[in-house]
Amino acid sequence: MQRKIAFTVNQQQVEMVVDPFERLIDVLRERLDLTGTKEGCGGGECGACTVLLDGESVNSCLVLAVEIDGKAVRTVEGLSHYLELDELQQAFVNEGAIQCGFCTPGMLMSARALLDKNSEPTVADIREAISGNLCRCTGYERIVVAVSKAARPASALT
Amino acid sequence: MEKTVVGKSYPRLDGPAKALGAAKYVADLKMPNMLYVKVLRSPHPHARIVRIDSSKAAALPGVRAVLSGQDCQAMLGLYLIDRPIFAIDKVRFVGEPVAAVAATSLRLAAQALALIAVEYELLPPVLDLATALAKDAPLVHEKLHEYAHIHNVFFPVPHTNISNHSKIRKGDVNLGFSQSDYVYEATYRVPQMQHVPIEAHGAVAQMDMTGKVTIWSGCQSPNAVRKLAAVAFNLPEGRIRVITPQVGGGFGGKAGIGIEGMVMALAMRVAPYPVRLILEREEVFCGTAVRQGLQATIKTGYTKEGRLLAQEADLIWDGGAYTEYGVNIVRAAAYSSAGPYDIAHLKTDSYCVYTNTPVGGPFRGFGMGELHWALEQQIDAIAAKLGMDPVAIRLQNAVCDGSTNATGEVLVGVGLSKCIEGAARLIGMDATPSERKPNHGKGLACMVKGPSTPGTAASSAFIKINEDGSINVTISSAEIGQGMQTVMAQIAAEELGLSMEMVHINTPDTDYSPYEWQTVASRITYSTGNAVQRAAREARGKLLAMASEKLESPPESLTIVRGVITRRDGIGPATSIKELALGLSLPTGAGRGGPVMGTGYFIPDGIHGMDPETGQTPKVTSHWTFGAQAAEVAVDIETGKVNVLRVSAVYDTGFVLNPLLALGQVEGGIMQGLSVALYEELQLSQGQVKNQSFVDYKIATAAELPEMLVGFVETPLDDGPYGARGFGEHTMVPTAPAIANAIFNAVGVRIVDLPITPEKVLAALRAKPK
Repeated sequence: MQRKIAFTVNQQQVEMVVDPFERLIDVLRERLDLTGTKEGCGGGECGACTVLLDGESVNSCLVLAVEIDGKAVRTVEGLSHYLELDELQQAFVNEGAIQCGFCTPGMLMSARALLDKNSEPTVADIREAISGNLCRCTGYERIVVAVSKAARPASALT
Repeated sequence: MEKTVVGKSYPRLDGPAKALGAAKYVADLKMPNMLYVKVLRSPHPHARIVRIDSSKAAALPGVRAVLSGQDCQAMLGLYLIDRPIFAIDKVRFVGEPVAAVAATSLRLAAQALALIAVEYELLPPVLDLATALAKDAPLVHEKLHEYAHIHNVFFPVPHTNISNHSKIRKGDVNLGFSQSDYVYEATYRVPQMQHVPIEAHGAVAQMDMTGKVTIWSGCQSPNAVRKLAAVAFNLPEGRIRVITPQVGGGFGGKAGIGIEGMVMALAMRVAPYPVRLILEREEVFCGTAVRQGLQATIKTGYTKEGRLLAQEADLIWDGGAYTEYGVNIVRAAAYSSAGPYDIAHLKTDSYCVYTNTPVGGPFRGFGMGELHWALEQQIDAIAAKLGMDPVAIRLQNAVCDGSTNATGEVLVGVGLSKCIEGAARLIGMDATPSERKPNHGKGLACMVKGPSTPGTAASSAFIKINEDGSINVTISSAEIGQGMQTVMAQIAAEELGLSMEMVHINTPDTDYSPYEWQTVASRITYSTGNAVQRAAREARGKLLAMASEKLESPPESLTIVRGVITRRDGIGPATSIKELALGLSLPTGAGRGGPVMGTGYFIPDGIHGMDPETGQTPKVTSHWTFGAQAAEVAVDIETGKVNVLRVSAVYDTGFVLNPLLALGQVEGGIMQGLSVALYEELQLSQGQVKNQSFVDYKIATAAELPEMLVGFVETPLDDGPYGARGFGEHTMVPTAPAIANAIFNAVGVRIVDLPITPEKVLAALRAKPK
């Protein structure tokens, strides 16, 4: 049975009618053309499709569209300020945390979820936070360094 | 002259787009009236196709085309044409494409698949190497003797399951063994494994009403796709256009041609509508190329001082159901079979063997990871038998300038010993036993690899200058994460005296970007780098000729710094690349010259075929790159679990063009090597892949991250850009044997079959004599 849902994506209000089998990732990529969120496995195992749902990181391939009714979704497109990279994105670029880039949006969202809750994470915290995001290129080290660097200015502000 | 751009750590050019979620991969492309493809795959490892009835599927509303081997007889192959696009007459592995449907939605395509009836007659499957090589074995390819292949390079054995037999005969191996004090023989095994790019394989194809075909493919080699598709469909290359957007990881798994044949065949049926196929993760595991399995038996003769004198190697490769690309891995392993050591007497037989298992193909390292798993444990075992230091025995046998390799080539510019010493120093190999914690150990392994390309593998580049003084560098190498675009931009910027922000670089489009053989073999920095350097120099020459007229000073007196052209001595007026971009404006109001372009091409000089019987040749590949890694591990003797604490790596890359990106390559390679060492194996049951998900097929995560210590040696390569050598693949080659050697050092057991699971370690510990 189709159902009408209302939610926000990157602070914009969206309403649509969805099928019961539609997933959040389909809504983002196919309906809204927000293709920054990537699908790597379709089974919640690789983390490439990670987005924030009411601030919590979720695999968008495991969330049904009907479940997001009334909720706030944040995707990689919602990290930047217009065309300007935020400090986390900039750290990923500067520190060499990106290679093929396919895991990058999911990595960024997992890291964002961590930094939103913990502005001074330890290396162990960072590794834990991204351990559900598979990367085949970088060997993870530069990603851990990038998240650490991005955390530091934030903690300096508080 | 002092270098201003190369040799410096520039963040990657494609970084911001990837961090913003703006970078486009093939699955991000969406076209009006696009059709969606699902593939029906074989459930049997070996069976005759009695009949296929797709009439019900074709009749389903919304289904636009159903294709099978009955409708499409096209064959694919890079070195040996043995692979049909859809199974013809019989299926040869579980997961082989039998039919495909293009429909208006994925759900409809999936529904249609269920309506295709295929009747099979089961044939005896060839599921392992012993069965494949047995007398009277069932043949995976009965018509092997009829297949087109490159003659005198590959040697199929007709009416067997051997699709290539490459040989090395150097010196007199019997003499070498007779001069040896000891002989040691051991067998090592490597299972098939998956590349696991995080982006699954995908392609979109469309034929317009003139018959021109465009393929958008997340592939490593757009020109190879175009060439092999042209052969398969009997079309001229100029009527096929291949566009490659950003690629979400390759590692060899997207080299040559893959699923593009299927989408192209469908697109040709449903013109003018585009068709799209994005594989599911389980299809990547069972249906795309995997790293070939290897059973390596190495017999080594050596003196009591630890000098290696003779080696006999039997390398038996599990090539899977099709070996159109894999035959060349087998050849590369033969000509690299001495490894990084100077061995006078060598006899190697390297066999590519068909089995009814997933298709073997190129994987980062192109056979070297598998070969060095054997060679680097063999020398370690010999050191242990002699009570020698594992670093010392390697330094004693390491090739150096003037050594000959397996093919008899005399080597020059070898920095291997510095790599071994560097990796050993970084990890502290010489720590005294008293400093060691119980069940902790350190091990080292080294490696060699050259690009395994045909002697004609070519690169080209084209540079145009824009009105704003910026340039576009146009090439057909694929950006698969290796950072190639950034390094090519650095080379162009260096040569033209530009800052990096003035360089734009494209992803490939074979209609507009010049030819590139393939993005494989760690050859882009070297080969495309040379082409870009030459293109930039040509453009620079044209700019300086015009500037010379304008500034009234000879071209050789001029220099370009950040786009500004002046005399080197700073005297007199200046002009700029921007001013000259469209040609020379004369004071009279007339113009001269024109918009500046530069072109460059490159083919390595003097690559020579191998003697068919002995494998001897003066130069089998463009260049060799050496390196070494060392690992420190802790073994839990209660559970068998291995914890890799630290890994050091030192490579002789000739010249480090971008230290930040080079570090990323090495760290990524170490982690992939660690993953291969401890976890990865395609688990097959009756030819069926059992672990087709990331839950069942584990790859390393951030939780397993060791401390990584990386160094570089820079022994310039004569014909490398600024002396640079290729090294992208090399970074994962020695990790697994270094870890295995460290385990031996820690607890005295040697694991010879990958992966090093806790079960194997525990079993070995229990079997160890007390």
